Amino acid sequence: MSFVAEFNALPFAELQERARRATPADVARVLGTGARSLADFAVLLSPAAGQQLETLCRESQTLTRQRFGKVIRLFAPLYLSNECINNCAYCGFSRDNPILRVTLSVPEVRREAEALLAQGFRNILLVAGEHPKFVSNGYLADCTAALHGLSPSVSLEVGPMEVAEYEPIVRAGAEGLVVYQETYDREVYARMHTLGPKRNFDWRLECPERAYAAGFRRLGIGALHGLADWRYEALATAAHAAYLLRHCWKAMLTISLPRLRPCAGEFQPLTHLGDRELVQLVAAFRLFLPDAGLVLSTREPAALRDGLLPLGITHASAGSHTEPGGYTGAGREKVHQTVRGRIMDLAAGSSEWSAQPGKATGATGQFDIADERSAGEIADLIRRLGYEPVWKDWDAALSA
Amino acid sequence: MSPGRSHGGPFRSGFDNETVRGQIRRPMSKPLVIAGREFSSRLFVGTGKFPSPESMRDALAASGTQMVTVALRRADLSGRKDPFANIIEFIDPARYLILPNTSGAMNAEEAVRLARLAVAAGLPKWVKLEIHPDPRYLLPDPIETFKAAEVLVKEGFTVLPYINADPVLAKRLQEIGTATVMPLGSPIGSHRGLQTRDQLRIIIEQATVPVVVDAGIGAPSHAAEAMELGADAVLVNTAIAVASDPNRMGVAFRQAVEAGRTAFELGLGAPLETASPTSPLTAFLG
Repeated sequence: MSFVAEFNALPFAELQERARRATPADVARVLGTGARSLADFAVLLSPAAGQQLETLCRESQTLTRQRFGKVIRLFAPLYLSNECINNCAYCGFSRDNPILRVTLSVPEVRREAEALLAQGFRNILLVAGEHPKFVSNGYLADCTAALHGLSPSVSLEVGPMEVAEYEPIVRAGAEGLVVYQETYDREVYARMHTLGPKRNFDWRLECPERAYAAGFRRLGIGALHGLADWRYEALATAAHAAYLLRHCWKAMLTISLPRLRPCAGEFQPLTHLGDRELVQLVAAFRLFLPDAGLVLSTREPAALRDGLLPLGITHASAGSHTEPGGYTGAGREKVHQTVRGRIMDLAAGSSEWSAQPGKATGATGQFDIADERSAGEIADLIRRLGYEPVWKDWDAALSA
Repeated sequence: MSPGRSHGGPFRSGFDNETVRGQIRRPMSKPLVIAGREFSSRLFVGTGKFPSPESMRDALAASGTQMVTVALRRADLSGRKDPFANIIEFIDPARYLILPNTSGAMNAEEAVRLARLAVAAGLPKWVKLEIHPDPRYLLPDPIETFKAAEVLVKEGFTVLPYINADPVLAKRLQEIGTATVMPLGSPIGSHRGLQTRDQLRIIIEQATVPVVVDAGIGAPSHAAEAMELGADAVLVNTAIAVASDPNRMGVAFRQAVEAGRTAFELGLGAPLETASPTSPLTAFLG
């Protein structure tokens, strides 16, 4: 049985009710117990639990230190391409956005990776939009193979594929696969994804299982907060995580908690996850899933990241660029607009995100990052917090 | 006691001379010997999870350990002296035996590959064989561990396999020539102590190689208990690494291991359900 069947049968109404109406006594009971159920997790999401945020955070910090130690693992995204055939209302790479696009060649990807390696990164996440013409499976395998051995760890965040399509990428040396469901709310999902293969909710939901079947050892999941009710998204993500831990038992699981950032298309978030709730969410996930990695990206502003890092986070990105070529300027001469899959000459566009003569020099990013500090600065900060920044936690000898 | 036994158990020969009529010449008098190498400390320490490499280095010194295990996936195996993966540079090879471990390996093939790379990178030909495909509880895969041990022993490695507290697996590994067995007390990092006590007792009783209790030792009392049971050594990592003061916790474990070992060498009385009268009830019989 795939997660889809289990997901469809989850008692969400009941769980959400619990997440809204839990009492301080419920919270005390859940804090006092060891192994926690999904219903307990719902209690940890409640306003009543929010009243005990300090207690939650202390417990989360203790569990994280015990399980993962006083270390934060660092990684960097490397954007390969911002071409995309999907229209997703909230994403800067959407097909119909008149942005500057480019797909890096394999040697350009290597140059970008070398720049990241020079900064210290030994864990590189290859990110690409979904476009079979520009971002083919063979291309992804070639990019992976080019970095295998150069970087001790290579993982991917790309459009969902079939098992047989993932296999050559695993053989090329990829270790992890990240695929966010974006929203676990079917109705909102349908409204957000108006065009392209991404419209298929179930196929995306089953993607981590296919990735595991193909041999990926690290699976990353998450919801993009700002689309549906955050408590609902958290419950669904937690259920998904629990399912994957049971069925994909050899995989390390990471959960990301991204919040929507400004991007091309000027999408306004539909819901709000406040800073305080984000902190509660990190602690709740840690208390429910002591062994899951929790990922913090540069989407969040510096001050919030500094506070969040010691509360339950295990993996953090730093100095990130969300545009292909962002680390070296690679591919600048090829930047273009794409209309119906065809490369068009650059022309002055209509929005601040599109081409403007004399100003635009590189491809457009997926979203604006909020924490612009360099990798070195983040590493220093982690040390000041009493943690060791870990760059290498994998060896290429373990993959392929 | 079975004949031919060279190691393990409270009745082993060699200690009698030193404990005659309660006169102890020296505690910890008999060094631990693994594959011909002597260790006067019976505390092995892991190097993960420390807040900094400097704090790790200092805690190792404070703990008095002579055997230090390092996850190869954290180390630089390329020989390029990677400044971003330099954990080994904080461990003085003159002072400690560096015991590379294969943590991260999911099967025998990966573990063997890692062990060979470590030797190529100039590390000792010793390996703490860790194959735990389940990243949650990090429980060792007995089948893959056995397969990898066979290959590595044949290649001349000194193999210290991390295993569940399974007495039969422990015997099978000893038969193929592993230098120790390292059964767990409870899952890595769990701080739950000797949940496998009864199985550990059997492993220790039957051992022909040193038994190192590895994993789950969250408090000095757990370490002392393992030593009292007759374990030859214990391996501690998380409890020292994440302590508010790793140095002092290193000292605490050192003391606990020494105390437990001394008590074991002296022999502990069996616990009784009732009080034992100091005036014998049968004294009137003369």
